[in-house]
Amino acid sequence: MNEKTAVTKGSHTAAGEAALIPPVDVIEDSTGITLYADLPGVPKDKLNLQVEADSLTIEGEVGLTIPEGMEASHAEVSLPRFRRVFTLSKELDPAKVSAELKQGVLTLRIPKAEHAQPRRIEIKVD
Amino acid sequence: MYRSLFSRDVFAELDRLQREMQQAFDLSPSIRGFGRGGFPALNVGGTPQSVEIYAFAPGMDPAALDVNLDRGVLTISGERKASLPGPDAKATVHISERFSGRFSRVVSLPDDVDPNAVSAAYRDGVLHISLKRRESAQPRRIAIE
Repeated sequence: MNEKTAVTKGSHTAAGEAALIPPVDVIEDSTGITLYADLPGVPKDKLNLQVEADSLTIEGEVGLTIPEGMEASHAEVSLPRFRRVFTLSKELDPAKVSAELKQGVLTLRIPKAEHAQPRRIEIKVD
Repeated sequence: MYRSLFSRDVFAELDRLQREMQQAFDLSPSIRGFGRGGFPALNVGGTPQSVEIYAFAPGMDPAALDVNLDRGVLTISGERKASLPGPDAKATVHISERFSGRFSRVVSLPDDVDPNAVSAAYRDGVLHISLKRRESAQPRRIAIE
């Protein structure tokens, strides 16, 4: 019980906290969609990807090594968190999403469901 | 006619407005332009012993990043390759927001930085440059005899 309330509380605050919107590229080809997101400073263990119903949530926390006692004098990345939510369309297959995080760039590949892939339709002539 | 039918992107307008406000209040802008809004984004901080610069440049090959220190001016430059497909690829680009191309950003450093004690590391897409301040410039407690 206690544990459960803690979990719900945690996820609630995570969704409510202010976050930066990462820039993305979204490219679609015949077999699926590729998404690239810039998440500088986010290590693998602080990246959270979630597919729920038809929404995809990308969330990451910036983990920089900051020397003790540092005072920021100029900050363009003003929040230590990124978040962005996308709505997936139903021809995409959320079960087959693959993700890779490399030097702060997340690459997501969301394939289209088998039945939704383009195919040539044969025309029968009687 | 189209302007009135399709009002311009509200966020772009707000962004422009914010920039103009900033410029209006910044009475003595730097000769190298208004510092904000370029690629890579920069965070700068300092401790009594060092100056720390964080350049948020994700997805780079460290070999394609150039850091130069010349007469108290630090330049971070390089080129970021586009991830977008070529014009003849059978793909549709739906969103294209990420920066690509050549970039260069400049930071003018405080006078007490030691140009021989600079270290740079690239991790998780962030270039962290640490510059030590000169020993002589560091705060010291002076003993009274």
